[in-house]
Amino acid sequence: MIPKLMLGAALVAGATAAQAADVMKMAVTTSFNNSGLAEVLLPEIARDLDLEVQLLVVGTGQAIKLGEAGDVDAILVHSRPAENRFVAEGYGTHRTEIMYNDFVFIGPSDDPAGIAGDATAVEALQDIAAAKADFVSRGDDSGTHKKELALWQEAGLDAAGFGDWYNAVGSGMGAALNTAAGMNGYILSDRASWLNFGNKADLALLFAGDPVLFNQYAYLPVNSERHAHVQTDLVNKLEAWLVSDRARDLIDSYRIGGEQLFVFNAGAN
Amino acid sequence: MVDIWNGVSQAFWLMVTLDSALVEISLRSLRVTFTALLIASCIALPLAAFLAVRRFRWRRGIIALLNALMGLPPVVVGLVLYVILSRSGPLGVLGLLFTPTAMIIAQTVIIVPLIASVAHQSIRELWAEYHDLLISMNVTEGQKIRTLLWDSRRALLTAALAGFGRAIGEVGAIMIVGGNIDHATRVLTTAIALETGKGDFGLALALGFVLIGLAVAVNLSIHWLGRTERGDRW
Repeated sequence: MIPKLMLGAALVAGATAAQAADVMKMAVTTSFNNSGLAEVLLPEIARDLDLEVQLLVVGTGQAIKLGEAGDVDAILVHSRPAENRFVAEGYGTHRTEIMYNDFVFIGPSDDPAGIAGDATAVEALQDIAAAKADFVSRGDDSGTHKKELALWQEAGLDAAGFGDWYNAVGSGMGAALNTAAGMNGYILSDRASWLNFGNKADLALLFAGDPVLFNQYAYLPVNSERHAHVQTDLVNKLEAWLVSDRARDLIDSYRIGGEQLFVFNAGAN
Repeated sequence: MVDIWNGVSQAFWLMVTLDSALVEISLRSLRVTFTALLIASCIALPLAAFLAVRRFRWRRGIIALLNALMGLPPVVVGLVLYVILSRSGPLGVLGLLFTPTAMIIAQTVIIVPLIASVAHQSIRELWAEYHDLLISMNVTEGQKIRTLLWDSRRALLTAALAGFGRAIGEVGAIMIVGGNIDHATRVLTTAIALETGKGDFGLALALGFVLIGLAVAVNLSIHWLGRTERGDRW
């Protein structure tokens, strides 16, 4: 009996051992992965560069932690102040802007706080706070969460002092959207995750278009002087690909339901 | 209800068409858990027999500790291993974080106390029965342990299957140390968490049904291999 079991285990162990030539690890934000763009880009990268990019899908805060600890070779995130600190403290070599998308306000389709006609994002938040309408916050130190907190601050409100209507769930974009769908509340989401989200329930896109909701993604290689095992040559190869015309075509032509999600802007500024 | 039916039919089609992504993550689930089970059994079973046979000062303490650790929270195991295996942790040079090996280590840590505790229970009862006989034959401690292990093999199989059940359905620890990387460390449980996050409840449920089916199939086939339910044995 025992030898048979061992044989079985060995067979199972041998069955899943296929590897590409080069492998690197990159931490990316949930919004990038949930948008579905990763599934378009990664196979092309594998074909063009013979490089398997393994994605760790986390919030921006954790992605930066992974980079600081040297557990990944590069990060692709969207939170400018945190990125600048990452480079300034010597964890990353430099910051390369790749593309942007935008944040949108999602809420109950009957819009009890009346944000649909507002002129700015700040005004929308003030309406939600005034109506004490249920609001779901990521609460996970991600780029989206940081953006939301910055917007509250601009609106002259302190998120820490909010009452029961403000729900910090401490999870990824999809899980937070699930919570918002469950309680039929307002939430700040990136457009890509919203369009790809499968459980929309009674939620609708209520407010978008304020330039302050602009969401820039940047690629930051981890500094090999701090972590000698970082595969700098692979990281550089990937960066060259990400800013190339090939990436531009793929990113700009990626659409869900006829809507363009990301705008390529590498080298523009 | 719509979601549940949707899940059942998706699970059916995924399995009938042998969806390549499903096959890949299912095989990885099995590979990780079987490896962890093998390692855990090699540690836990001799330990359980040793604790039954040998009397020493901390024996009761260790048994109580093993029993308590059966309820070890996986997410804490994951977190501690993460800190140890991270590049800036003590074992960072091994580069094991976010690999299947890290997931195997996590599952092994989680199921060793469970297998050892359950195995110890049955070995202890057998030892009470064999004690006088084995002492009178003046066998060595190693021989005692081997005899006990062999003669309680059916009960040990149950202990191992309990460990298998806990490991294959575990998500907290392997999510943290594995990272749920597509084509590298994604297994059934982490894929379910991912699809739930995307709001795709149908696919998440389908994967859940596949996971349950897999656990049942493994249990049945091990019982069949071990011939536990045959009339001519026991």
